[in-house]
Amino acid sequence: MSSPRVEVIDRLCKGCSICVEFCPTRVFEMDGFIAKVVKEDACIKCMQCELRCPDFAVKVHTE
Amino acid sequence: MAYDYEKSIRPGKLPHIWCPGCGHGIVMKGLIRAMDTCGLDKNNTAIVSGIGCASRLPGYMDCCTLHTAHGRAAAFAAGVKMAKPEMNVLIVGGDGDGVAIGGNHFIHACRRNMDMTYVVLNNNIYGMTGGQFSPTTPTGANASTTPYGNPDPTFDISKLAIGAGATFVARTTAFHATQIDKLIAEGIKHKGMSVIEVLDDCPTCFGRRNKFRSVVDMMKRLKEVAVPVQAAAKMPAEKLEGKILTGVLFKEERPEYCAEYAKIIEKAKGANA
Repeated sequence: MSSPRVEVIDRLCKGCSICVEFCPTRVFEMDGFIAKVVKEDACIKCMQCELRCPDFAVKVHTE
Repeated sequence: MAYDYEKSIRPGKLPHIWCPGCGHGIVMKGLIRAMDTCGLDKNNTAIVSGIGCASRLPGYMDCCTLHTAHGRAAAFAAGVKMAKPEMNVLIVGGDGDGVAIGGNHFIHACRRNMDMTYVVLNNNIYGMTGGQFSPTTPTGANASTTPYGNPDPTFDISKLAIGAGATFVARTTAFHATQIDKLIAEGIKHKGMSVIEVLDDCPTCFGRRNKFRSVVDMMKRLKEVAVPVQAAAKMPAEKLEGKILTGVLFKEERPEYCAEYAKIIEKAKGANA
């Protein structure tokens, strides 16, 4: 099973940390004022981050 | 695939103006998904708003939009619906815009039962103008104009809508992201006035004055206070203290205003013939 590509669009991220907190497998970490993908392999495609990001900044590209 | 929200957003409009962690973006995503579910044609859909943070939402949406005077969104929307009854009319506004400054328009729009969908983004405060208390600010909560706590009792927007005569009333929160689009879609499909109250967070104006350490704390609070209406029916009254019911709160079928008005026109034509 190929792992999905999780993307944070830096231009749109405002660093609210919702994705960091609500990701069940801790894919994200804060990097200064914006979120960064640190453990892409751990993603289980639950889509919580994409659903909750208020800034249209997180995208989960599944096959 | 990642959900394609961009197709429904005017090119070059992002990033939006909302503060980091503001739930309005989550509701906007829900609205886009609901419009896709219902298959609304963007050329035949009008989103009307008044003034406020929530009322900035139509500015980002790629469909027919109308940004009007403070509190008057329901009145302008009624005008659009009367002129073009085949058009899908949605209203988006905040709690201050909808039930304080536009309270009169809100209740009368509910009473007439026009086929419109009103999405109220209730963040308990006037966010855009600097955090003044609104009719939905909880009793005892701090706002910039109530620094020692708000003495006023609060409005329950959903109960107000039911009392005023709306025929579909539902409530959800910004935490319950998937419920937002389901309820808005149900409201759009309902023939008559639908009011969907979405409890939201305002980290900038409400959160920092009321001891919420972060956006995530505010989101978790929304999760804690929400009780689905079906579950609440089986719970004892003392457990429901301080809780907020979510889900479809009220639904009934009643004649729709535009259809009734068309009958009056036909009747008047017959009388003159």
